[in-house]
Amino acid sequence: MALAQSAADTFPRLLVWQAQSRPHRVAWREKDLGIWQETTWAQGLDWVQRLAGGFAHLGLRRGDHIAVIGENRPRLYACMLAAQALGAIPAPLYQDAIAAELVYPLQLAEVGLVIAEDEEQVDKLLEVREQLPRLRHILFHDPRGLRKLKADGLLSLDEVERLGIAWWSQRPGQFDAEVNAGRADDVAALFFTSGTTGHPKGVVHTHASLIDRARAGAEFDRLGPDEEVLAYLPPAWIGQNIFSYAQHLVCGYTVNCPESQNTVGIDLREIGPTYYFAPPRVFEATLTEVRVRMDDAAHIKRWLFDACLAVAQRVQTARDTGQAPRLVDRLLHPLADGLMLAPLRNVLGFSRIRVAYTAGEAIGPELFRFYRAIGVNLKQLYGSTETAVFVCMQPDNGVRSDTVGVAAPGVELKVADSGEILLRSAGLLREYYRNPQATAEVLDEAGWYHTGDAGWLEGDGQLRIIDRAKDVSKLADGTLFAPKLIENKLKFFPAIKEAVAFGAGKDRVVAMINIDFPAVGSWAEKRGIPYTSYADLAGKPQVLDLVADCVAQVNADLAADPHTAAAQIHRFAVLHKELDPDDEELTRTRKVRRRFVSEKYATLIAALYDPAQTHCLLRVQVRFDDGRTGTVQGDLALREAQVYPRLAAAA
Amino acid sequence: MAAVLKPAPMPAPDAPTPAPAAEPAPLLQLQGIHLRFGGIKALQDIGFDVRRGEVRAIIGPNGAGKSSLLNVINGVYQPQQGQIIFDGQPLPQMRPGRAARLGIARTFQNLALFSGMSVLDNIMAGRNLHMRRGLLAQMVRLGPALHEEVANRQVVERIIDFLEIQAWRKVPVGRLPYGLQKRVDLGRALAMQPKLLLLDEPMAGMNLEEKEDMSRFILESREEFGATIVLIEHDMGVVMDLSDRVVVLDYGKQIADDTPDAVRNDPEVIRAYLGTATQQE
Repeated sequence: MALAQSAADTFPRLLVWQAQSRPHRVAWREKDLGIWQETTWAQGLDWVQRLAGGFAHLGLRRGDHIAVIGENRPRLYACMLAAQALGAIPAPLYQDAIAAELVYPLQLAEVGLVIAEDEEQVDKLLEVREQLPRLRHILFHDPRGLRKLKADGLLSLDEVERLGIAWWSQRPGQFDAEVNAGRADDVAALFFTSGTTGHPKGVVHTHASLIDRARAGAEFDRLGPDEEVLAYLPPAWIGQNIFSYAQHLVCGYTVNCPESQNTVGIDLREIGPTYYFAPPRVFEATLTEVRVRMDDAAHIKRWLFDACLAVAQRVQTARDTGQAPRLVDRLLHPLADGLMLAPLRNVLGFSRIRVAYTAGEAIGPELFRFYRAIGVNLKQLYGSTETAVFVCMQPDNGVRSDTVGVAAPGVELKVADSGEILLRSAGLLREYYRNPQATAEVLDEAGWYHTGDAGWLEGDGQLRIIDRAKDVSKLADGTLFAPKLIENKLKFFPAIKEAVAFGAGKDRVVAMINIDFPAVGSWAEKRGIPYTSYADLAGKPQVLDLVADCVAQVNADLAADPHTAAAQIHRFAVLHKELDPDDEELTRTRKVRRRFVSEKYATLIAALYDPAQTHCLLRVQVRFDDGRTGTVQGDLALREAQVYPRLAAAA
Repeated sequence: MAAVLKPAPMPAPDAPTPAPAAEPAPLLQLQGIHLRFGGIKALQDIGFDVRRGEVRAIIGPNGAGKSSLLNVINGVYQPQQGQIIFDGQPLPQMRPGRAARLGIARTFQNLALFSGMSVLDNIMAGRNLHMRRGLLAQMVRLGPALHEEVANRQVVERIIDFLEIQAWRKVPVGRLPYGLQKRVDLGRALAMQPKLLLLDEPMAGMNLEEKEDMSRFILESREEFGATIVLIEHDMGVVMDLSDRVVVLDYGKQIADDTPDAVRNDPEVIRAYLGTATQQE
């Protein structure tokens, strides 16, 4: 069937369009038995057709939901396309979910057919099958360990493909008809968001919304059919879906699937992607690995590494702030690149990267500067499952570590009085599946989506996220007070592990700080400062001076920005115990439980606000590993922090 | 749109046909085996059989003769008395090389790997018996020799995939942690595509997670590669979970031969090996 590009407005039609315009180019590559196996677009279309025939044979109808559970595998992506070709709706689920966690989404979407990657996923499904009366078929990709297993409706995808061939041979032309029957505003996929409380919510996206955002992102960064992408994050996460499904089909580039989770580093080096995404923690782990290896390297190599990196950082910092680098640095830079940076990029698999993104949480400025300096075009973006990822993106000439970019094409941004960020775009979710109440909470009548994030637009149009909207409040004089913004700035110092800032309804900000025991401990050892325990170290005057320096730098930074100048830290205390999930001060994912902490440490906070007190005798309860409780007591010094006048230059 | 449907571009590797289950003739039969080293009676009147496709465990206290028995099966030791019938044929004079050619592979308690060679090369070494081309042809890698190497590499890659050691393919074995080296040792033995796989304490020195992984690999290698397995193991939990039948040795004598449950409750076994009944669980 011949198709005009403009008619390619659903994912199956995009596939047909790609198969027709670049039939022999590689659509998917998967490393199997040590060899990168390739599937061209034309083969991909045949594959999808076979799978769709098999699904039709098994009774899949327009509007039904299927679930896909597994790693990134071309055949699982083909299954999603096959379902969409028949008008069914794929819901990718997290492959590392435990069996009980799979029940709710499968029940909610009334899933009758599940594609499971391997024995592990099949076992989970069989374990909870009794709770899933509508589940009729479990189809598996990898037959290992399943050949002898007999269960109702358990079938290999190989068999499904055989059924598919027979199905279409009796119905010539029917596949094309099915593909043509799909409409752009049909529901394309269901993504489950990991709710922090209660059940996950199913985010409903249409072909139109996903394709709109995929195109916007592709145009913004001029992505073409020559990109190489490594698909290594969970396919159930919408980011992965956009990078290795929606944009894959829109641009026609190649998606590479690693051999296993353990080989991602090796596969990254072999493929050398041109377009790359990773959350900050992945970049952090990579940098740590580099640093560990450099620590073991010979002295001369370490010196070379530090020297080259210093040159590169000076050049990159100058360029990112729109200045010309110093002449001597400009002359040294090619040398540094040849000696150190290019080989390093090669070892990391970053040689060919044209565009790299990070998102999801705040990235430390040091970390960000390192990757920029070694020549990786690392940028930040902002978005969520509900917005089909692309809300804000940083252009190549406007990269900063503290913002998330300008509004992507087609996005209308607005900051509410409360500080909450609202947006409108063609890429918004249609609704939360079967949850009109939750939908009404985030989508208002005028079509604005309430992100739940607080922030503001900077002078150059870049969005700055400071905190979750519900945690943002105001000081007594009406200044916006975003505790997480201040805490993150503090935590970027290696000496500070955790920090809690207070100030809602007060005239100024105070903070409680936890030192990082290993980092400060080794700092103390190098200076010959003796200490016995965490509490002892945290109370040393030298350590307090060290923390005071960090706080002063944060204040200088806050003072430089008119939004935050009034929210500088006036007093602080260094705690004699670490905030701990066992004591319910942190969540299991190590986020501060603000209300609990402010009640537990009420004495200390009151003392911080009382200028007459310079010390505070604090007694807090702790829970030991064996479940017993006890109290620790400490006499904490309350320190004044250096405060800067408004609009002073940042240090 | 293409009307002709081509075969799948990436078919899953075809399953090897597992050994037919429940065949009447056992794969291995030992009858009246006596082994002496001078005055020491290492094995006295040992007799049991191993059915095709089963996991057979040999247990016993230290010095009971378990490793000696394994060495008898694969021809390292010649028993003074007794008969070994393998695959329907009596074997009067067994030698390790002959055992290997007949399809008996083994792993070692203390590992037997080339620690300076990569994981891939170590497992390729296990394919040695299946290489028919001459040294010269292999060196120049021409024609049939190249063909042969590709075919053998494919078998090895399937084993690497099976044992989930893709990430360490090119890493010298000596640099791997112990648990992974044990896996490579199993891979080297599997590469022979043996009919009978002898495992000498495959879980020794492993932590719980590594033991669970190894148990899974042992059970699945029966399905995936159609191997019959005889294993020596100290970890009672592992033996009870993995094996179909258990032989118990004590001071060179065979004191029990039954299913795990029956062995567990055999008073003679409890006395000799397991200590008290409460201790075994």
